Amino acid sequence: MDLFLQRLFDGLTNGSAYALIAVALVLIFKATTLVNFAQGEQAMLGAFIVLQLWNWGLPMWLAVLAGMLISGILAAGLERTFIRRFDPADHLPLVIITLGLFLVLNAVAAIVWRYDPLAFPQLFPHGSAITIGNARLSWYSIFAFGSCILVLLLLHVLLNRTKIGLSFRAVSSNLESSRLCGIKVGPTLQFGWALAAAAGTFGASIYAANPVLQIEPSIMLRALIFSITAAALGGLDSLWGALLGGLTIGFIQSVLVQYIPFIPNEMTLTATVVVLLIVLSLRPSGFLGTKTVERV
Amino acid sequence: MTDILLKAENLTASYGQIEVLHGISFQVYENEIAVILGANGAGKTTTIRALSGMVETTGTITFKKEDVTQFESDAIVRKGVAHVPQGRGTFPELTVEDNLRVGAFIRSDNDVENDIQNCYDTYPVLFERRTQTAGSLSGGEQQMLAVSRALMSRPELLLLDEPSLGLAPQIVEALFERFLIMNKDHGTTMLIVEQNAQLALGMADRGYVLEAGEIVIEGPAKSLINDEAIIRAYLGG
Repeated sequence: MDLFLQRLFDGLTNGSAYALIAVALVLIFKATTLVNFAQGEQAMLGAFIVLQLWNWGLPMWLAVLAGMLISGILAAGLERTFIRRFDPADHLPLVIITLGLFLVLNAVAAIVWRYDPLAFPQLFPHGSAITIGNARLSWYSIFAFGSCILVLLLLHVLLNRTKIGLSFRAVSSNLESSRLCGIKVGPTLQFGWALAAAAGTFGASIYAANPVLQIEPSIMLRALIFSITAAALGGLDSLWGALLGGLTIGFIQSVLVQYIPFIPNEMTLTATVVVLLIVLSLRPSGFLGTKTVERV
Repeated sequence: MTDILLKAENLTASYGQIEVLHGISFQVYENEIAVILGANGAGKTTTIRALSGMVETTGTITFKKEDVTQFESDAIVRKGVAHVPQGRGTFPELTVEDNLRVGAFIRSDNDVENDIQNCYDTYPVLFERRTQTAGSLSGGEQQMLAVSRALMSRPELLLLDEPSLGLAPQIVEALFERFLIMNKDHGTTMLIVEQNAQLALGMADRGYVLEAGEIVIEGPAKSLINDEAIIRAYLGG
C-alpha cells in the first residue's frame, strides 16, 4: 500500500512537469495545428536563462518571471524570423524548421553552459508535506502540481475572458475569417509562440527545481517525448487535456511500469506509447480534444 | 445622384500565374444594393476576394475616395468593408456569441453588447443557440450568424459571396428579405455575388454580369431583369 501511494505521488510529480510542457505544445498546436518540436529546447533554454539571472543575484521567483518574459520575447523573434515566412498550411517545412531549431537551441545551450549538470534554485520548500506510512508526498510535488493548475487557470482566463484570447481562438478556428474580422493573424500567432514559450519556461523551471534533478542541456529531451505523448493523449488542442494527459503519463510511468513485472524499467517509454495507441484507437481525438465536425 | 462608395477600375486578379479577372471596372453607389451575376468559374468570388485584399490584384480599388488596392484584409475591414465569404466563414469551434464578438473585434466602443442583442432580436434562433458552437448550427443558421457577424463590425459596405449557396429556397428568401430590410432601414450598402439571378436582380438596384473574368453586361437591375440575354442565360427563359 505504501509503495502504491509512493508511486502515485511520484506519478503526480512527473505528470505535472510533463503537463506544463504539454500545455505549451497545445498552445501552439491550437493556433497552428503544428507540433513545435523545439518547444522542449526553448523551455530548457528558458530555464538556463532563469538559472543565469539567479546566479547574477536576482531573487529566484523574479528570475523565473524574467526568464519567462525573455524566452517569450525570444520565441516571438523566432516566430517572426523563421516561421512566418512560410505558408502556415504547409506543415512539412515548418516541422523541419522546428526540428532545426531544436538542434540549434540545444547546441547554443551546450556552448554557453556546457554539459556539466548545474544546481537549479530550489523554488519550493524542502521535505515531505504528508507522510502516510512510508509514503512521502513532498512539498515539491504539491507545489509542482499546484503551479500546473495555476498556469492552466491563468491561461484559461486569458484565452476565454480577454480580447487577445478571443482573437487567438478565432485564428485557431478560422484563419481567413479572422483576417476578414480585422484580426492581424501574424502578430496573434506570434503572441501564441511567446505565450507557449513562457509557459514552457515555467514548466522547465519547475521540472529542473526537482530536488533530485540538476539542469543540463539535454534535460528536456526525455521530458519532451513524454510531453508530446501527454499532449496527444489529452487531445492536442485542449489545455485541460494536457493536464490529464500529463498526469496519465506520469502515473503510467510510475505505477504501471513498477507493478507489472514483465515491463522492464527501460521500457517506460514504450509502455506510454502503447497506452497512447490504445487510447487514440478508441478515442481518436484524445481525452478532451475537439472532434472535428464540418458541415458543407 | 448619390456618391460612389466603391469603385474598381481595370481590376485584375490572379492565382499564381493564372489570371482570373481581366481588367474589370464597376462601381457601387452609397445606400444601394449591387449584384454581380455569373456562372460557376466566371470570377465572381475572385472579384469579391480581390476587394478584400485576399488575392493578388492590379488596377485600382477606391473606397470612400481612398485608394485601398494594396491594403491587407484586416486593414480593409477597419475602413468599413465587411465580407461574408462563401461557405459562411464562421468560427466553427467558437460559440455563437463569441463569433459575434470576433465580428466586433475592430471596435472598442461600449455598444457591442447592444449590437449583439440586436442580432439576437433579428434572429432569435441565434439567441437560443448562443452558447452552442457555430459548427453545430444548420446551414441556414450559420448563414444568419455569418451575416450578423459581418454586421457587428458596423460596416458601410457589406460584401456577400453567394449567400444562397446550399440553402433551402424558403431560407434564402427570408435571408434576402432581411438584406432588403437592412438596406432600407440602416442604409447598409451591399455588393452581392450570386448565381441566383432572379432573386438577386429582384432586390438589387444595379447589376453586373461577369463572364470568364470580364463584365459583359451592366446596368440598372430593373432593365437587366428584362434583358433578353440575361433571361436566356440566367433566368431560365
